[in-house]
Amino acid sequence: MDGFGIRIENMRKRYGAGDTAVDALKEVNMTVAPGEVVGLIGPSGSGKTTLLKCLGAVIEPTAGRMTLGDQVIYDGGWKIDDLKALRRDRIGFVFQAPYLIPFLDVTDNIALLPMLAGRPNGEARARARELLEALDVGHRARAEPSQLSGGEQQRVAIARALANQPPVILADEPTAPLDSERALAVIRILNRMAQQYNTAVIVVTHDEKIIPTFKRIYHIRDGVTHEEAGEGREV
Amino acid sequence: MISLAGRDILHSWGKFVFTGVGLGLLIGATLTMAGVYRGMVDDARVLLDNSGADIWVVQKDTLGPYAEPSSLRDDAYRAIRGMPGVARAASVTYLNMQVQQGNRDVRVMVVGFEPGQPGEPPYLLAGRQITRSHYEAVADVRTGFRLGERIRIRRHDYTVVGLTRRMVSSGGDPMVFLSLKDAQEAQFLKDNDAIVNERARTAANPSLNRPGVPGLLEAIQASQTVSRSVNAVLVQVQAGRDAEAVAEPIRRWKHLEAYTRAQMEEILVAKLIATSAKQIGMFLAILAVVSAAIVAFIIYTMTLGKIREIAVLKLIGTRSRTIAGMILQQALGLGAIGFVVGKISSALWAPFFPKYVLLLPSDALRSFAAVMAICAIASTLAIRAALRVDPATAIGG
Repeated sequence: MDGFGIRIENMRKRYGAGDTAVDALKEVNMTVAPGEVVGLIGPSGSGKTTLLKCLGAVIEPTAGRMTLGDQVIYDGGWKIDDLKALRRDRIGFVFQAPYLIPFLDVTDNIALLPMLAGRPNGEARARARELLEALDVGHRARAEPSQLSGGEQQRVAIARALANQPPVILADEPTAPLDSERALAVIRILNRMAQQYNTAVIVVTHDEKIIPTFKRIYHIRDGVTHEEAGEGREV
Repeated sequence: MISLAGRDILHSWGKFVFTGVGLGLLIGATLTMAGVYRGMVDDARVLLDNSGADIWVVQKDTLGPYAEPSSLRDDAYRAIRGMPGVARAASVTYLNMQVQQGNRDVRVMVVGFEPGQPGEPPYLLAGRQITRSHYEAVADVRTGFRLGERIRIRRHDYTVVGLTRRMVSSGGDPMVFLSLKDAQEAQFLKDNDAIVNERARTAANPSLNRPGVPGLLEAIQASQTVSRSVNAVLVQVQAGRDAEAVAEPIRRWKHLEAYTRAQMEEILVAKLIATSAKQIGMFLAILAVVSAAIVAFIIYTMTLGKIREIAVLKLIGTRSRTIAGMILQQALGLGAIGFVVGKISSALWAPFFPKYVLLLPSDALRSFAAVMAICAIASTLAIRAALRVDPATAIGG
């Protein structure tokens, strides 16, 4: 593995204090290389969502260290002042449902991120069109999200996550609403995009259909991660 | 950068337009209420303008002739005409009454004037001025009378020989002009039964019907049937003379009240319609609060409908000011749609109001600023709700 896209060391997260304190994350260690797609699986209440929120800089961990690319962003406290800019520029999000902005067309849903980062509209839209072509939905560039199928919407959501060329993408059950064929297609796209754009991808999932496709899997149980080799089945 | 608010409005334009139309009708009602007040003030000013007077001479210690009853002897104008600085002076009477026009009752102000003197209608739309001493009338077009029609006032019929416009009382009632003598009769002359009754009473009174004083009873009875009263004397001052300087000697030496134009306007606007103005002001304030509440509720509901999108926007790094700006712009957009609809609707329905509704551009500008301010304030509730959305809700529900 050459370097890493994201590295988590001894991350912990405690909610509350005193007798009512709950340790949602007790010992999380994780490394994902650029271009790699790993699975994060675990039963309900195991801490998956909490971990995703910590990785997404939405909530602050209680302890540990997190490195994104070559930059330490958390080490017992945030090392970056502007977490919104961090989320916008360096972390891509793919959700269970696509959550596209309904009043923007497909191109502008993707171009919005580069625009928010201050890039010129023309450049942002060119980037959006490039991603749409790469994800085989270039022909739906002017469509509204409501006019797309579920699979197309999820592809657009992946394109949005890639819009600012982040070093890491966090995908929260991205195949949950899709049938087997479309679910595998999404994983195929994530693998292809990860390699094409050298992005580390963490896929949180319960989906039995896609778990065999991961080469590496992190199991999380009671807030503790365990690394396992996956089947790495071709899709 | 994309205008998120603009895109949202274009995306759900039907919802915005219909909501804006609803809000616009409310704004239209507000603009109309302001127009009603302006119309009342304008009616008062028009009344003063059209009378052609610089000074109104009325009964002492009264605010007559419009705000309070006033009664003067009808020869008072002769003495006033001789005062320094007076160019013209003429008696007038004013009487609010109900007249029959076709099958409907019309509330009018009957004005008695001397032809060619102050108080005469200054312009006509059709027909001619009154030229005969009796039984001719000039009517405002809003009375509904046409040339040649007859108006029944008390016991006489008057033929409409001229039509005029915008001649109204301070209360907005259209005017009917009669010769002074006819108007005095209409106002002061008793009906025949009352005259016969009064004559009998006078004849039965030994102090008025003395034996050996021939002609006394007849003289008294004649005075009882003839009116010698008017309501005011309208005075025009000589060119270059100060109206107040002319009014002062009239007050001092003639034991009458004399009001200049500014004083009379103060009486009409600040006193006569003050209560109505406060009433309308209260109504406007309530409408403004209701409008604000409606805008706040609409924008808040719209924002709640976008909570998930707002959470996603926040998660992907959208600045709070961008989200707040989106909501603010939508509120202002809604206000702008509402204002346009309100302006158009008020202009469309204003002519159908029974009294004059004056829609001033300056009021429209002020209303636009107020609508924008109300919308901006109303959006704060929704902005507050949006800014409190936790971006974490976009992850894992």
